[in-house]
Amino acid sequence: MRLRSLLGAALLGLAPGIARPTLQAPPRLSQTGLYAAPGLVAARNLAYAPQYPLWTDGAAKARWLHLPAGTAIDGRDEAAWVFPVGTKAWKEFAFQGRKVETRLLWKTGPRTWVLATYAWNAEQTDAFLVPEEGRPGAVDLGAGARHDLPSRADCRTCHGQGQVDLLGLTALQLSPDRDPGALHGEPVPPGGVTLRELVARRLLVGARPDLLTRPPRILADNPTTRAILGYLAGNCAACHRPERPLTGLDLDLRPSGGEAEVPALRTTVGRPSLYQTPGAPRAPRIQPGDPGRSTLLHRMASRRPASQMPPLGTALPDTEALARLRAWIAALPPAAVSP
Amino acid sequence: MTLTRPFLLALLGAAVAQAGTPDAVLRRGAYLVQIGGCNDCHTPLKLGPRGPEPDLARMLSGHPEALKMPPAPVLPEGPWAVTMAATSTAFAGPWGVSYAANLTPDKETGLGAWTEAQFLQMIRTGRHLGQGRPVLPPMSVHSLRAATEADQKALFAYLKSIAPVSNRVPAATEPTVP
Repeated sequence: MRLRSLLGAALLGLAPGIARPTLQAPPRLSQTGLYAAPGLVAARNLAYAPQYPLWTDGAAKARWLHLPAGTAIDGRDEAAWVFPVGTKAWKEFAFQGRKVETRLLWKTGPRTWVLATYAWNAEQTDAFLVPEEGRPGAVDLGAGARHDLPSRADCRTCHGQGQVDLLGLTALQLSPDRDPGALHGEPVPPGGVTLRELVARRLLVGARPDLLTRPPRILADNPTTRAILGYLAGNCAACHRPERPLTGLDLDLRPSGGEAEVPALRTTVGRPSLYQTPGAPRAPRIQPGDPGRSTLLHRMASRRPASQMPPLGTALPDTEALARLRAWIAALPPAAVSP
Repeated sequence: MTLTRPFLLALLGAAVAQAGTPDAVLRRGAYLVQIGGCNDCHTPLKLGPRGPEPDLARMLSGHPEALKMPPAPVLPEGPWAVTMAATSTAFAGPWGVSYAANLTPDKETGLGAWTEAQFLQMIRTGRHLGQGRPVLPPMSVHSLRAATEADQKALFAYLKSIAPVSNRVPAATEPTVP
């Protein structure tokens, strides 16, 4: 009998005593711990707003972080915070004043996360778990564009496969030295946290001692470049960075890589683009003084599958960002071209 | 009864061991590549004495880098929608122009720098490099998605085992006509 059990377990790829229950996303958002009462976010959940937000077709967003009682973020590696098991982060998306979805990232073990999307009901009273494959085109944005509720695979496309990254919760994004020129910048929400509050409440430990006297800030020659680099960091660097190598691209859109030069400039300005605009001569990613020959702009402006950037998460081009980037590239001196 | 149990366990052990050996995995991957028709697009055709035949010196290396494609012909209105290069490695249709990828383990231009996790992610998401644009027609990534994970891994193991070919395939482009 015992042998038969062992055989059965072996066939199922299990071994007695090793199988553990897997935590799963609850069916309703109201069961995830976000609210203390309907419509009232629990005080234990900390509101925050990254200074360089991801643009999602103009959606209004609200975000909250929960750290289990008695735990803290391990901030020893400023570029890669480690969140305690039990951490939850929610992000709510609203269009035209109506909530459409809330996403949840929940750290259930040292290397395991639950990723979930909840779709709000018409009454705006609760949101319900979206199937694993997502719900493409669920929300009408007008002008023929539709917003997708992402699949789990798409969640992982941006947040990572193994170790999940909380992209808006980084030292730079929560720096109290906020960029007043940030594109689509939002104020810190009432009662919201920055590095200052996290340190004061001992919710961030192990960070460098001068974190608050010398808070993270994008180093740039001028405020415009600072804002542009921040936009690229918030909207593109989740994929385009060394930790997520995209074979053969050599494209790093981080504003700082620990070296003297700025990766986002080194790998774009005057650098050849693998992408070619049909019917046009080969062009660099960014051609100083010539936005029309900059493939980075072409791809940001495209919403065709072969060329759209970012490749998911938006159905409309970010016209404000395009205008700012176009003006910035037009003003770049030719000397900015790499030899 | 006491005799059958050890026999069954031994049989199970032997089957598991055989299925998991590197050779068996590679054979399985080769078989899947063959029946999956991967060569049909990823190995360029060349003109031989008997007509077009796969150029096995460039097996699975994708669209030849040296073959610069002119703009695709504009098809008249009607049910014909796709044109194909003579090599069977470049395709033009309503999505734009797509080129068969280099599936050999060349580090710079093929799958050499890919991890198994990236390959599986590409299949799961249907996205180029596992996180970029959608994988474009005529590649039927949804068929690959229907394969078991063991078969997907066998495919990757086999592709990593073949001869590397340095060949940088052009990036896909969007349609010229709106």
